[in-house]
Amino acid sequence: MRRTLPRRAAAAVTVLALLLTGCSATDDGRDADGTIRLRFQSLAWQKESVDANKQLVKEWNAAHPDVQVDYVQGSWDNVHDQLLTSFEGGEAPDIIHDASDDLADFAYGGYLADLRPLLPERLKADIPERSWRTTTFDGGIHGVPFLQEPRVLIANSRILRASGVRIPTPERPWSWAEFRKVSKELTGRGRYGVAWPLKEPVSVTLNLGLSGGGQLFHRDPDGKVELRFEEGDAVVTGTIRDQVNSDRSAARTALGMGGSDALPGFFGGRYAMLPLGFAYRQQVVEQAPEGFEWTVLPAPAGSGGLAQGVSPQTLSVAEDSPHKKEAVAFIDFLLRPENMVRLARGDWMLPTGTTALAHPSLRTAEHGWATGTALAQHLRPAPAQTVRGYPEWKDKVATPALQEFYSGAITTDELRKRLVDDGNRVLARYQR
Amino acid sequence: MSLPTSRAARTGQYLALLAYLVFLAFPFLWLLSTAFKPARELGSLHPTWIPEHPTLDNFRQAFDEQPLLQAAANSLIAAVSAALIAVVIATPMAYVMARHRGRLATAATGWVVVSQAFPFVLVIIPLFLVLKNLHLINTLWGLILVYVVWSLPFALWMLAGYVRAVPAELEEAAAVDGAGRVRTLVSVVAPLLAPGIVATGLFAFITAWNEFFFALVLLKTPEKQTLPVVLTHFLGAEGVADLGPLAAAAFLATLPSLVLFAFIQRRITGGMTAGAVRG
Repeated sequence: MRRTLPRRAAAAVTVLALLLTGCSATDDGRDADGTIRLRFQSLAWQKESVDANKQLVKEWNAAHPDVQVDYVQGSWDNVHDQLLTSFEGGEAPDIIHDASDDLADFAYGGYLADLRPLLPERLKADIPERSWRTTTFDGGIHGVPFLQEPRVLIANSRILRASGVRIPTPERPWSWAEFRKVSKELTGRGRYGVAWPLKEPVSVTLNLGLSGGGQLFHRDPDGKVELRFEEGDAVVTGTIRDQVNSDRSAARTALGMGGSDALPGFFGGRYAMLPLGFAYRQQVVEQAPEGFEWTVLPAPAGSGGLAQGVSPQTLSVAEDSPHKKEAVAFIDFLLRPENMVRLARGDWMLPTGTTALAHPSLRTAEHGWATGTALAQHLRPAPAQTVRGYPEWKDKVATPALQEFYSGAITTDELRKRLVDDGNRVLARYQR
Repeated sequence: MSLPTSRAARTGQYLALLAYLVFLAFPFLWLLSTAFKPARELGSLHPTWIPEHPTLDNFRQAFDEQPLLQAAANSLIAAVSAALIAVVIATPMAYVMARHRGRLATAATGWVVVSQAFPFVLVIIPLFLVLKNLHLINTLWGLILVYVVWSLPFALWMLAGYVRAVPAELEEAAAVDGAGRVRTLVSVVAPLLAPGIVATGLFAFITAWNEFFFALVLLKTPEKQTLPVVLTHFLGAEGVADLGPLAAAAFLATLPSLVLFAFIQRRITGGMTAGAVRG
């Protein structure tokens, strides 16, 4: 009896090994009748946006009976880990919706197809080169950037009017110094001129930093990236810190908030202005009390003009997909100018495509569309998104350092030391 | 201790208990309040406990936008199955671990404790590959298997404690009365273990009901997804949320757990009392 146990165990191990190795049949993504079946994982989440995506998939499927697309609802929460697991397991969707700042690891890891030989000329020409740079890694294009959002100032119109301050336009924006002055003027009893919701301070600082002439991440001719905190980098960081700590024109309590958390204070008249992403307008429209008057203003400009960094939403194709050509054809369909407009309106964002951006519905003054559209030409790739090691730098070094700096706990010198010295040590590990 | 001091102490205890209950109930009550508030009230600077203009729109929207019933059914199937299987496997194993002390049992107990320290992300890729080769990706059975494996160590550890609390003398007495091994286990040990089995099953159920990451990674098609995954569809990038429908859906998602607790709690208490009397 005892001797049978090892034999049984060995047999069980053999069966398990056979199951693990033998059952992996190859799958070329075709149905039994030869129809090609593609999986499109979308991260659209607002109702209008989900509806637009589903409707477009339906239209594609009706027009292409031999190439059918299955819509798969993804989620922004944990999308990186979910995709990584799918790539490793060879089960990734054919068409992948993500954000460009999430693509670097996947692109360098060989999980995403290089789209250069597959992209149709129309699509390539319609999207500006500066947007393509957000998805170009190691010389290859690993995603199609299609939606983006500038950071704008959402302001209480009544307070602005009553104060008599000059209203900025994309043609004549406020300088950072002027913005600081205006914020002081808008500050009054029980009211702050501005609230900076900086729960996640790094991308805001870096992206708006471009307008002040800051860059922080500098790529040498040999391709290595070095962190340097220069005069331009101190413009935005210094303004926020001074507003909170010296001028008292920015609410200290808002520093720990997310964008949505600050909205009730804005609606209640406690904050005159909120620097938020362009898509937050949807929440304002939905939640603002009856009669609340608001407007969209461009973010302040500095020596870099209105420039700011963005990480557009992207559509990529999995390297393992057996039908890359068809997948790119679907992306091309999804991003036809008229469709790009539908997606942009659904997400309250700006399309990257030049033709879509010219659409009259995105140029209307209502809900600040025109202000956002005017900013599109100033949008640049977020400074750090192609830098390997950036996520670690952001979490371990920059986030705590900036939080302490903005709250007044450390000086500019200490901030510089931590961002640069500690940061370069982190980056060095990724650039050996 | 004098009587007034004792009364003061008791009052203090009740106050502390009340404060704790309020603390526990706050998130749920706030969720309930949010679920019935119209969008304009959600953005109010002075939020109220009772919605001024209560509405069912959030529930309507939640059901319109996401397949909540399907997701709830999937969650229920996965959680109930995982709990049942975990309990069926864990009960005899826990008995062996508790009654037969030896190196193997000690090592097994140690492994059980250590295995609880593994983070999800460490095991997910090998697990994904194994399930893929077994053709269990995008199936509820694959997810149930993972939940059973994931909850088994703690279930074992928990049940072993209950087994140790059952006096071995009772089993000896049964043996003296002529009961065989199986009869002793079924008629003597199992009834005394009932509260422990129910508590362990409840633990496995709640773990599976709330689990998000495995379900997100392993289930691909919308009709297979579980409630926690579907709830994240109300969230956008950078923490933006469709708060009203999210609260409505999250409120509905908490109901099965609450009902289950309300139903089973009396049984656990009853079982414990019964065990105490018999012991």
